[in-house]
Amino acid sequence: MRLLLLTLAIPAVGALTLTLVRSLRWSGWLNLLVSAATLGAALALAWSESRGQGGGGVILGMAFRIDVLNVYLVVLTAFVGLTTSIFSRPYLAHVYASGRIDLKRLRAYHGMYQTFILSMLIALTTDNLGVLWVAVEGATLATVLLVSLYRTPEAVEAAWKYFILCGVGIALALFGTVLTYFAAQHADLPAAVQAEAGLDWSLLHAHAAELDPTVMRIAFVFLLVGYGTKIGLVPMHQWLPDAHSEGPTPMSAVLSGLLLNVALYALIRFKMLVDGSLAATASPQLAGALLMGFGLVSFLVAGLFLHRQRDIKRMFSYSSIEHMGLMTFAFGLGGPLATFAALLHMLVHSLTKSAIFVTVGHATHIAGTQRIDQIRGLIRTQPGVGWTLLIGVAAIAGFPPFGVFMSEFLLLTATMQSQPWLTLALVSGLAIACAGLFRHLHPMVYGTPPAGQQPVRANLLPVLVHLLLVLWLGLAIPAFLADWLDRATHLITGIHLL
Amino acid sequence: MSMSTLTLLQQLVVLLAALVLFLSFVLLAQGRLISAIHTFAWQGALIAAVTLVVAAGGQIHHLYFSAVLTLVLKALLIPWMLHRLAVRLALERHSETLRHPALVSMAAVALVIFSYWLVLPMVAEEQTFTRNIVAISLSVVLIGFLMMVVRQQAVAQVLGFMSIENGLFLAAVSATAGMPLVVELGVAFDVLVAMVVFGVFFFQIRASIDSLDVDRLNRLTEVPEVSEVGP
Repeated sequence: MRLLLLTLAIPAVGALTLTLVRSLRWSGWLNLLVSAATLGAALALAWSESRGQGGGGVILGMAFRIDVLNVYLVVLTAFVGLTTSIFSRPYLAHVYASGRIDLKRLRAYHGMYQTFILSMLIALTTDNLGVLWVAVEGATLATVLLVSLYRTPEAVEAAWKYFILCGVGIALALFGTVLTYFAAQHADLPAAVQAEAGLDWSLLHAHAAELDPTVMRIAFVFLLVGYGTKIGLVPMHQWLPDAHSEGPTPMSAVLSGLLLNVALYALIRFKMLVDGSLAATASPQLAGALLMGFGLVSFLVAGLFLHRQRDIKRMFSYSSIEHMGLMTFAFGLGGPLATFAALLHMLVHSLTKSAIFVTVGHATHIAGTQRIDQIRGLIRTQPGVGWTLLIGVAAIAGFPPFGVFMSEFLLLTATMQSQPWLTLALVSGLAIACAGLFRHLHPMVYGTPPAGQQPVRANLLPVLVHLLLVLWLGLAIPAFLADWLDRATHLITGIHLL
Repeated sequence: MSMSTLTLLQQLVVLLAALVLFLSFVLLAQGRLISAIHTFAWQGALIAAVTLVVAAGGQIHHLYFSAVLTLVLKALLIPWMLHRLAVRLALERHSETLRHPALVSMAAVALVIFSYWLVLPMVAEEQTFTRNIVAISLSVVLIGFLMMVVRQQAVAQVLGFMSIENGLFLAAVSATAGMPLVVELGVAFDVLVAMVVFGVFFFQIRASIDSLDVDRLNRLTEVPEVSEVGP
């Protein structure tokens, strides 16, 4: 529990300090340092969990729970938080030098960055479903002003859309949470814990069979639409491409890489409750079927939209919607193999997508624009950026030997076993998305660079680390990680895969 | 569904909840911005009254605290902030007319019917009280959505957003006797921060499009105009 406190306290203290630091040079390094310390604490937390010291505890009157499912996402969040802060330091120095933001906004940026990481860590580790909602909403509030950081009309519009759509969507999720609490109060729980711990996931999960299925069914629909807005499921995805493309690039990396995962995580927790509650009714797979439907539609629609994009960051945010759809589908399919694939996909997608956004940040600085038709010849101007973009897109499109191929292959196998016809939709969707990505990528990487295009100072270390990890995961999943994912699969489905 | 089977306190809660729903309708149709803010403040006061009655009826101590919190936040602080913003943005005399007022009201009525239809199978026949309350709060939430759809003005949309929060709070208080205290505090904190962020946004939007008519925020479309691309 002490380790958890440390993991949460570091970004909290960091957020407070960073809003006070006035020097640009110091705040960038301090942000990096805080993120590194958070990762250290998160790793220690994961290590102690793997030695069987998980469980829960109470901090400031809030119940927390550490189990294999969230500790793995905590480490992922802290890791991507660190690599993005490595990238964001020179990136913001560049933006500041170009005069697009002033020092005050820079301070706000760093403070919000750590607040955002903090609220995601709370969302992941809390046991209380109400606090989970508060933390996810908090993450929205922390990022909404960052999306409009540049104050261009487009950025303000994107941020307003993000705020309104996510705020309204998440309000539905709160209604779903209230209904869950309602079900818990009318279930046969021990009376003493009903009021105080009535929203604790651990308690509800232990008594899931006693929750009223009719209430839980309706609650899940609200929760699906609410958290689904945050995941970016079609048709609630409208805010996502705007917010991801208009905000500063480090924000796009953490939004795509992390926030979407946290929303999906919330939905999985609720799905486990609903599955337990509906087990004895005529439609035990209702939650799974809904997830599959929404996931598949998002996956296919986003794949088609990839072809029409003219803005490089918009294009990759549609690719995020596509992959989130794929994961939602996989969790909906259920069963150990699909769940294992989905967990692995969460990991590799976060790593690859944040790496791509970092590279895209460099590419847009080289070309001076985000328009795909004006970004040309990256490989000739700056081979490092060109090659990493090429390799990153190859990885996200699912080419072997990268980790994304691995998880997609596992998912296709699982689909073949239980819903053979849907394999067809999945394979054609993957092909459409791959074509969409490469169609735009080819001229950007290989085309003729416009006269006078200059290379920029780029720090490709975070990108290389991410891509090497994804490569490693594709070639051989290390034993401890496989064991980790297997235990998470067991937690969700009740069956060990390995 | 006979009201006479309810205790007096429950009848009082149902009456107050009905008034909350009525104010939702008023809010939906109210064109003058300042009056709409006042209506919203009254709605917040009614929600606080519901909380107080439930707290007194069930001897639930932490609900007294929630009642005070709601009164301060929803009936005083947020309306005051909105009022001040409206003055600073020179919107005191602003009013907008709904395009199809009758149609919008009918849609709101349909939403109330839909809420009852959705809630009926959920709650057992004998729990008349819970049934009514859950249905009413869902209606308030849905009418808030409707308001955000039909209004083009940013401040009016925020009023819709806040009345959605009111509906959610009504559901939490009356159907489940309040969420755990830590959750309530968290939600209240989020609402307050959201209000501050909204305030920042009003100025950003006005600086960028010189108006608060969010229908004019239409630069970001799926396929931007091609004409601006030079060869």
